[in-house]
Amino acid sequence: MTPILRGSALTRSYGPTLALRGVDVELSPGEILAVTGPSGCGKSTLLHCLSGILTPDSGAVHYRDADLTTRSEADRSKLRRTEFGVLFQYGQLVPELTAAENVALPLLLAGTGRRAAREAATSWLDRFGVADCADQRPGTMSGGQQQRCAVARALVTEPAVLFADEPTGSLDTVTGETVLTEIVRTARERGMAVLLVTHDARVAGYADRELVLLDGAADPSGLGIGIGS
Amino acid sequence: MSTPHVLLGLLAGGPRHGYELKRAHDERMPRAKPLAFGQVYATLGRLERDGLVEQAEKDQDGGPERVAYALTSRGRVALDEWLHTVETPAPYVVSALFNKVVVALLAADADRARSYLADQRAAHMARLRELTAAKTAPGASVGDVVAADFAIAHLDADLRWLQATLLRVADLYREVHA
Ligand SMILES: Nc1ncnc2c1ncn2[C@@H]1O[C@H](COP(=O)(O)OP(=O)(O)OP(=O)(O)O)[C@@H](O)[C@H]1O
Ligand SMILES: [Mg+2]
Repeated sequence: MTPILRGSALTRSYGPTLALRGVDVELSPGEILAVTGPSGCGKSTLLHCLSGILTPDSGAVHYRDADLTTRSEADRSKLRRTEFGVLFQYGQLVPELTAAENVALPLLLAGTGRRAAREAATSWLDRFGVADCADQRPGTMSGGQQQRCAVARALVTEPAVLFADEPTGSLDTVTGETVLTEIVRTARERGMAVLLVTHDARVAGYADRELVLLDGAADPSGLGIGIGS
Repeated sequence: MSTPHVLLGLLAGGPRHGYELKRAHDERMPRAKPLAFGQVYATLGRLERDGLVEQAEKDQDGGPERVAYALTSRGRVALDEWLHTVETPAPYVVSALFNKVVVALLAADADRARSYLADQRAAHMARLRELTAAKTAPGASVGDVVAADFAIAHLDADLRWLQATLLRVADLYREVHA
C-alpha cells in the first residue's frame, strides 16, 4: 500500500543536542506504528516533525503527495486542523474552555456548526466515559479525565492520521484499554493511520509494527540500547 | 498443579462425564494448554481413589468414557479449602530466559547474551501483539480478554526484565568471570 505519511532522513537539533539523526519512517492508511525507546531518545521530536509542528533541520515529510517541510506554516496548521489529530504528551486542553468546548473546538475551527459540533463532542466524551465532565473546565478534572478528553478532541474531526504521544500515560490499565481499543477500532474501520508514541510494551502491543529509537536513530536491536556497547 | 481442583470446580454444578469436563475446561481456560483426555481420566481416577469424586451413573457397557462423575462432600470441602488458600509467591526464579543469559555469559560472552536478549525481545513483542489483537477482536469473550490479559502481563514482566538486564550484562559478565 502507498504510505499516507513518510518521513525521510529526518534530523533535528535543539542547540547542541542532536535529537534526531536521520530517521526514516512510513505509515500506511489504517496502520498503527508504535514508536518506543528510552526517555530522551527523540520520540516526541519525531512526532512533532511528522505532524508539522516542528520543521526538521534536514530531510522531508510527505503527507500524501505534499512535502510539509516546504509548505507555509498556514498550510501546515490547516492540515493539522483538517487531516491530523494530535495528542500531546503534556498540557493539551484550553484551560478557559469546558471539556465539551475543548472537544468541539477543532470542529468549529473547521467550519462545523455549533450544534453539530457540540453533539459530536458529547458523543466522543461519552465514548470515553467522561460525559459527566462535559461542562467542567480542565482544572477541575482529574489527570486521566483530561487525558480522555484530549483523546476525544484528537479524534473528533475523524483525522486521516492520529499522532498520539503517550496517550494512556496517566490512565489505569482498564481505562487505558478503552482509549486504545477505540483508537484501534477507528484505525481499522476508517483507515486512520496512527503514530503511537509510548514507553510501555503493553501499549506497543496494540500496534502493527514498532520503531525503536535510540539516541535519535532507529535501533535495529529493538532494545533501546546499543548492541556491543 | 491445579488441574485436580479445576476438575472439582467444574463438577460443582452437577455430575459430568470426562469428555464434558475436558470441553468445559478448554472453554473456560481459553489460553491454557488444552487438557488431554488421558489426563482427565487419570486425574478423575486419583480423585475417586481419594474419595473426592464418585461415579454417579454408568452405562451398561461401562468403559471410563461412559461414566459420569460427581463431587462428594469431601470433594466439596477440598475445593473450598483450595479456593481459600493463597498461592505462595514463587520462591525460586524458574525461567529459561534467566538461565540462558547466565549460561551465555559463562559459556560465551556479553555479545552472545545481548543478541539473545534482543532476539527474545522480538519474539516476546510479536506474541504480545498477537494476544492484544486476539483480545481486541470483535466478539472476544470476557474469558478471552481475562486470559489474554494474564499472558500479556507476564510477557510485559519478562520484557521489562530483558530491557533492564541488557543494561547490566557487562557488569554481570565481569562478576561471573571475576
Ligand atoms: N525544547 C527543547 N529544547 C532543548 N532540548 C530539547 C527540547 N525538546 C527536546 N529536547 C532534547 O531532545 C532530545 C529528545 O527529546 P524528546 O522530547 O524527543 O524525547 P522523548 O523520546 O520524547 O523522551 P520522553 O520519553 O522522556 O518523552 C532530548 O535529549 C531532549 O533533552
Ligand atoms: Mg516525549
